[in-house]
Amino acid sequence: MSRDIEPIRWGASLQPSLFELGRPGRRAVDMPRWDDDEPDTALPAEYLRAAPADLPSLSEPQVLRHYTRLSNLNHHIERGMYPLGSCTMKYNPRLNEKVAALPGFADLHPDQHVDDIQGLLCALKILEDSLCRITGFAACSLVPSAGAQGELMGMACIRAFHVANGQPERVEVLIPDSAHGTNPASVVLAGMTPRTIASRADGRLDVDAVRAAVGPATAGIMITNPNTLGLFETEIREVAAVVHAAGGRLYMDGANMNAILGRAQPALMGFDVVHLNLHKTFSTPHGGGGPGAGPICVTAELEPFLPGARIVEEDEVYDLVHRDGAPAIHTHLGNVGVQLRALAYILRLGEEGLRRVSDLAVLNANYLLKRLTSEGVLQVDHAQGCLHEFIASGRDWKKEFGVRTLDVAKRLLDYGVHAPTIYFPLIVEEAMMIEPTETESKETLDHFVEILKAIRAEAAADPDVLHNAPENTPIGRLDEARAARQPDLSWMGPCNC
Amino acid sequence: MPYTPHTEQDVREMLRVVGVDSIDALFASLPAEVRVDALNMPPGLSEHDVLQVLGGLASLNTPQGDYASFLGGGVYDHLIPSAAEAITSRSEFLTAYTPYQPEVSQGTLQVIYEWQTFITRLTGLPVSNASMYDGATALVEGVLMALAKTRRSVAVVPETLNPRYRAVLDTHLAWNGMEVRTAGRAADGTTDPDALAAVLDDAVGCVVIQNPNYLGCLEKADALAAQAAASGALVVACVNPVSLSLLKTPGEYGAAVAVGEAQPFGVPPTWGGPLLGFLSCTDELKRQIPGRVVGRTQDARGREGYVLTLQTREQHIRREKATSNICSNQGLNMCRATVTMALLGAEGLREMGHANRVRCETLRGLLRELPGVELPFAAPVFNEFVVRLPGDAEDFCEYARERGLLPGIVLDGAAGCDERDLLVAVTEKRSTVDIQAYAEILHDYLEEVEA
Repeated sequence: MSRDIEPIRWGASLQPSLFELGRPGRRAVDMPRWDDDEPDTALPAEYLRAAPADLPSLSEPQVLRHYTRLSNLNHHIERGMYPLGSCTMKYNPRLNEKVAALPGFADLHPDQHVDDIQGLLCALKILEDSLCRITGFAACSLVPSAGAQGELMGMACIRAFHVANGQPERVEVLIPDSAHGTNPASVVLAGMTPRTIASRADGRLDVDAVRAAVGPATAGIMITNPNTLGLFETEIREVAAVVHAAGGRLYMDGANMNAILGRAQPALMGFDVVHLNLHKTFSTPHGGGGPGAGPICVTAELEPFLPGARIVEEDEVYDLVHRDGAPAIHTHLGNVGVQLRALAYILRLGEEGLRRVSDLAVLNANYLLKRLTSEGVLQVDHAQGCLHEFIASGRDWKKEFGVRTLDVAKRLLDYGVHAPTIYFPLIVEEAMMIEPTETESKETLDHFVEILKAIRAEAAADPDVLHNAPENTPIGRLDEARAARQPDLSWMGPCNC
Repeated sequence: MPYTPHTEQDVREMLRVVGVDSIDALFASLPAEVRVDALNMPPGLSEHDVLQVLGGLASLNTPQGDYASFLGGGVYDHLIPSAAEAITSRSEFLTAYTPYQPEVSQGTLQVIYEWQTFITRLTGLPVSNASMYDGATALVEGVLMALAKTRRSVAVVPETLNPRYRAVLDTHLAWNGMEVRTAGRAADGTTDPDALAAVLDDAVGCVVIQNPNYLGCLEKADALAAQAAASGALVVACVNPVSLSLLKTPGEYGAAVAVGEAQPFGVPPTWGGPLLGFLSCTDELKRQIPGRVVGRTQDARGREGYVLTLQTREQHIRREKATSNICSNQGLNMCRATVTMALLGAEGLREMGHANRVRCETLRGLLRELPGVELPFAAPVFNEFVVRLPGDAEDFCEYARERGLLPGIVLDGAAGCDERDLLVAVTEKRSTVDIQAYAEILHDYLEEVEA
C-alpha cells in the first residue's frame, strides 16, 4: 500500500502492514558472540525447508515505531473507562508487573532443582492459602490457565469424584440459561452432558426447576454467583441442599467473586468447587486477550482429584509431590507469572482492602444504576439494586428512536469510553452489561452518565448519528460479513520489496 | 486504600443518591448463612513492603541466569530483545481487553494478524489462530480437530513425544472417551516406521509427529506422514518454531495441523508459565480452528482494518455443541513473540537457527571425546540432544549445579531412556566459555567418580 502524502491530524492513524516495511540488509538483532571455530553443522537436504521463510528485514527503531503507532490505536485501562460487564476491567497495578519481572521469578526454568525454587514455592503456597481463605475451601490448585480451563478442571474433579465413588452414570450437569457459553462447553469437554434450566422471571435460579431436574444421573450443577445479571442467588443454600441430597456436587463460576470479597464465601453457600479469574478479581492485566489464570478451590472431598504436582511444606522446606494418575492440563503448573501478580495485589490490599474492593465495586454499580434509571437514560429490569454490575436493556431506545444497542455502543466510542458488554446475557433483549469496577471515581461515573444522556438526545434528534457511529475512531464499523465470507487471515504479499 | 479513588464524602454522596444509609445495606440480598465475618488474612502492605516480601522470596531462588543453563525440554533459554519487553510493557497492549470493539482495538488486532502471518510462514500452513495457552494444550486442540474432521477416535503419538505433552493429551482424550496409542522408537532415537505401521488401522484419525522430537532427534517426517496419509489419518506436527528457520515445514510434509510452543521467541520461562502455544492448519480445516482468529476487511469508506472472525463471539461459544471451550489466547505473550520475530526478521531468524546449530554441535563434539560418555542416538539434531553417562545422571547434575552449571534434564523413564540419560539444550546464549566449562566439569566429575 503506498501512503498518501498529506498533513496529518494529531492522533492515532492506521498503519501499513509490518510486511511492507522491510528492506533486505536491515537488521535489529545480533547473535551473542562466538569465539571458536564453527563445526560442520550441515544437515542432509531431506530435513531442510526448500526456501527460507519470507519475512521482513527491519531495523530496531522501525519496529519500535511500528508497534508504538499500533498501540496508539487501542483503547486501554490507563486511557479511560472500560465498563465491560463480566470482564472486570479494573486498574492493573504496576507493582504487579514489577514483581513478576524479578529475575528470581521470571528466569526460573521448570526443570530446576527444588532447592533453587524455594522462594517461589513459598510464594505460591501463600497464594493458595489466601485463595482458600477468601473462598472458605480446604484446597487450591493454581494450575488452570484461564477461567474456561478452571471450569473444565473443576467439572473434571466432580466427574472423577463420582467415578471413584462407583457412580460413573452421573453425567448430567444442570446449567441455568443465564450462564456464560463456556459453561456448557466445559461440561462437554469434561465428558459430561449439559442440561439447561430456565431462570425465574426475576433473573434468579428456580429451586423448583432444580428439584424437578435432579436425579440419579445428576453429576452436579454449575452456577455463577453473583449471577450474570449481577444478582446474588438468594436461595443458593436451598439449591445446594437439593443437589447434594440427589448425590450431585455444586460448581461455582467465580467470575463475579469481585462482588463479595470478605462478605460471603462459596463454601458457606454450599458449593464444592469454585474457579477464580485472577485477571478479573485480582487485577492482573488482560493483555489484549490473555494470559489470565483460573485457579480452582475445592472441598477436602475433592482435593484428591486436583491436577498436576502439589506444593507441600514441612518445617519451612517446600517440595512438589506428584500423585499417580493426577490429571495434567498444562505443560507445567500454569501461568505462574499471572499467579505472582495476583499475590502482589492480595498482599498490597490485605483483608480490609479486599473487602473494600467489593464494597466500592458494588457502590459504583448501584450509583450508576440509580442515576441511569432515575434520570430516564436506560431501562433496567432489576432496578431495585445490584451487586457489582447490572444489565440494562436498549429495547426502549429501539422502540422510540430505532437505534439498537450496538449503535449506542459504537457511539460511546466516539466519546472516548469503551462500550459495555452487549447482547449478553442472552435472556435480556438488547442487553447492555455494565460493570464500572471499584477503581473508577465518582467524577468518571458522572461523566459516563452525561455522555449517555447526550447520546440519548442525539438518538432522539437524529438516529443516524448513532447508526453511522463511530466517526471519531481511527476506522469505522468494519464489514464483518465480508471478513467471514472471504477470509483474509494472513499477509499474502512478498516482504522486503 | 490503594487503587480506589473514593473520598469519604464521595461515598456519602453516592449512598445518598442510591438511597441507602450504608454500604452494608447494598449487600442486603446476601443470606445470613453465607456471610463471613473475617477471612483471617493479614492487613495490607505498602508498595515498598510488598516488594520487600516478594523480592525477598525471589532472592531465595536461584534463576538460570546465575548458572550456565543447558535446560530445555520444551522451555528454552533464548535471548529476549529489550525492545520486545518495552513494547509489551506499554499499557496499550498490557491493559486492553480482547478486541471486541474493533474500532478502538486495531492495535491488538493488527498484531494478531501479523502473528498469524509469521506462524503461517514458519509452519508452511495457510491458517493460524491468535495463539493458545501453551504447546501441550495446542497439541490437544490440534488432535481434537483432526479427530473431529476424520470422525475417528484414536490418536497415535510417538514414544518420543514430550512426556508432559503426552500427559496433557492423555488427560483430555480420556475425558472425551478417545484413545491414545504409542508408536515405539527405533535405536537411532526417531520413530520406528514398523512400530507406526503396527498401530495404524482405520480407527486412527490422527498421527502426531514431534520434530525435533523430545530427544532432540530429527524425524524422517516425510515417510511418517506418508504412512499416516495411506491409512487415512491426518498428521498433527508438533514443532519448535526456532528450528523452522532451517527445517522442513509441516506444510511441506503434508501435515494438516501444526502446533508447538513459541516461548523461545522472547517469553521468559517463569517456571513454565505463562507460555505461548501456536496452532496453524490447512485451508480445509479453517472453520474448525479453535480460539480466536483475526481477518482483514474494510469499513464503509473502504479503509482496511481488522476484526475477529470465523467464529461467533465467546459468549455464544457453541454451548452444548462445543468441541472446544477456549475463548482467550495468550495475547501479551503473543505480542512479545510477534515483536521478537519482527526484530529478528528474515536474517536474524536464520542466524539464530545457525547459532543454535553451531553451539549444539560444538558441545556434542566435545562430549563425544570424553571417555565413558556416549551420544546414544545416531539421528541428526537441531539444538538439543541426549548424552549418556556411565552412571546416574542425577548425581552429575548435583555436582554440576555446585559448579554453576545446569547440565540438562534427567530422562529417567522418558521415551525409553533411563537414569543415565541427560537431555541437553544449547541455545545461542551459550558462549564458548559455557560450552568448554560443560565439557571440563563433566570430565572432572568422571575422573572423581572413577577415583
